[in-house]
Amino acid sequence: MNSTAGDISAEAKKRGKLLVLLEQAQDKLGCLPKEFMARLAASLGLSISEVYGLATFYSFLSPGPSGRNVIRVCKSLPCYLKDLLIESVKREIGVGPGETTSDGRFSFELTNCIGACDQAPAMMVNHDVYGGLTPEELPRILERYK
Amino acid sequence: MPEKRIVLRNCGVLDPKDISTYLEKDGFKAWQKARTELSPEQLIAEIKASGLRGRGGAGFPCGLKWELTSKAPGDEKYVVCNADEGEVGTFKDRYILENDPFTLIEGLAIAGYAIGARKGYIYLRAEYHYLLDLLTGAINQARDRGLLEQFDIEIRQGAGAYICGEESALMDSIEGKRGEARYKPPFPPSRGLWQRPTVINNVETLMNIPQIILNGCNWFSQMGTERSKGTKVFSVSGDVQRPAVYELVMGSPLRELVEGLARAKAGRFIQIGGATGRIVPYEMIDTPMDFEHILGAGSIIVFDQSRDIVDIVRRTMEFLAEESCGKCTPCRQGTRVMVGILDKFAHGQGEERDIRSLEELSSAMMLSSLCGLGQAAPIPVVDSLQRFRSDYEARIRKN
Repeated sequence: MNSTAGDISAEAKKRGKLLVLLEQAQDKLGCLPKEFMARLAASLGLSISEVYGLATFYSFLSPGPSGRNVIRVCKSLPCYLKDLLIESVKREIGVGPGETTSDGRFSFELTNCIGACDQAPAMMVNHDVYGGLTPEELPRILERYK
Repeated sequence: MPEKRIVLRNCGVLDPKDISTYLEKDGFKAWQKARTELSPEQLIAEIKASGLRGRGGAGFPCGLKWELTSKAPGDEKYVVCNADEGEVGTFKDRYILENDPFTLIEGLAIAGYAIGARKGYIYLRAEYHYLLDLLTGAINQARDRGLLEQFDIEIRQGAGAYICGEESALMDSIEGKRGEARYKPPFPPSRGLWQRPTVINNVETLMNIPQIILNGCNWFSQMGTERSKGTKVFSVSGDVQRPAVYELVMGSPLRELVEGLARAKAGRFIQIGGATGRIVPYEMIDTPMDFEHILGAGSIIVFDQSRDIVDIVRRTMEFLAEESCGKCTPCRQGTRVMVGILDKFAHGQGEERDIRSLEELSSAMMLSSLCGLGQAAPIPVVDSLQRFRSDYEARIRKN
């Protein structure tokens, strides 16, 4: 591609939507089923491996099945210095990091810095951020997610 | 030395959901002044003369970046705002976005005018998805009032990848690819987004632009030190009583920030600049905070006397190993090998030769990694080995 050429090629623009489409699907479906990725690849004229490559690169995309709600406990240093909440969340939902509850209600993950270091320890449930947490507050928060 | 709020001057003062509160505070006056009184060349000259340098950590002169992009051949150019604030211990951009999205939009529009771009992107990290509606609302209000003429702003969301804060990885991510660092050169001013000339600036850098245009470059360059002009916004966390965002004039002593404002007591060491930042012993608390000394993106994590530095460095390296994009070998493999060695020390199983291995590996990674992540990943190891060597030696296994 020539740097002085006119408009971005149609192909590049189409490709540019790939991450946006995957993010939308992730929000809607809760994960990225194989069949969906195959269809998306075909419609954009990309190989399946390119789509799968994105789905596995970004931590907020999940190619495999996950729970209806995703709990992400921050484990980066400012949160690591406080009580990490890992044990408390585990007690509350009965599964550990990397696992999903048998009823499919929650997946539990550990994540890197979520930019809430002034409120450590912090966690996310889906897109919501909760900071300054104590174990006692967990049941009340998790109750909101069915 | 009290706080000096220039970047944060509107935070907590205006209603981030209502642009009229911003317009009452001279909002978009700089944009109007730039378009009616200044040519793009004069505008760039003003930013150059102000001495403003990038606030995302690297400190590249902002005016020069704009000038290079402006002079690059081609009539299709882009401006990108890096709001992928992923550095550990940094939350200043979040604070800015949630309190004053309008100044950022004005700064971005001015940058677009300066370089002749018709399109701007804001790359917002996935973790800040909850700010999307606020930011979209701010852009729509500016557009409805005719303040974004011939300039379109689109928000693109990240999907959880620390590396996407690195500018070339960020641009690949906007292009719908895995966020992997590119080989450089070419640099973004000649070939950036979609291989077109691109200015990519941090949120805080763009926040400075309207005030420089309104008050003049001399007003700005009078603040700070010889090579660090203006103010800096810091994120202070860790073992302090008041973790928060603070803005100080460049060159202010670390003590003012950590003890005066954040109320730390009896610290042992401080990490400045996030996961790949410098580790300084608490005795260096009078170091000035500027590009001449230590700055980074302004992440300050304070560790008290109870903290184990080997454990902290191990945790930092785990983070970097997880977040390495995997494209170049020194970073992908180097970070993993370092985690393995640091694990041994953390469990009191280190060996004499492991210290040598850490040092050799550090210099190899710094020399041969593709981007800033791998090049800077060994910094906490090198600093802690230099300043807290006995902590490592105490963890060497006795036969």
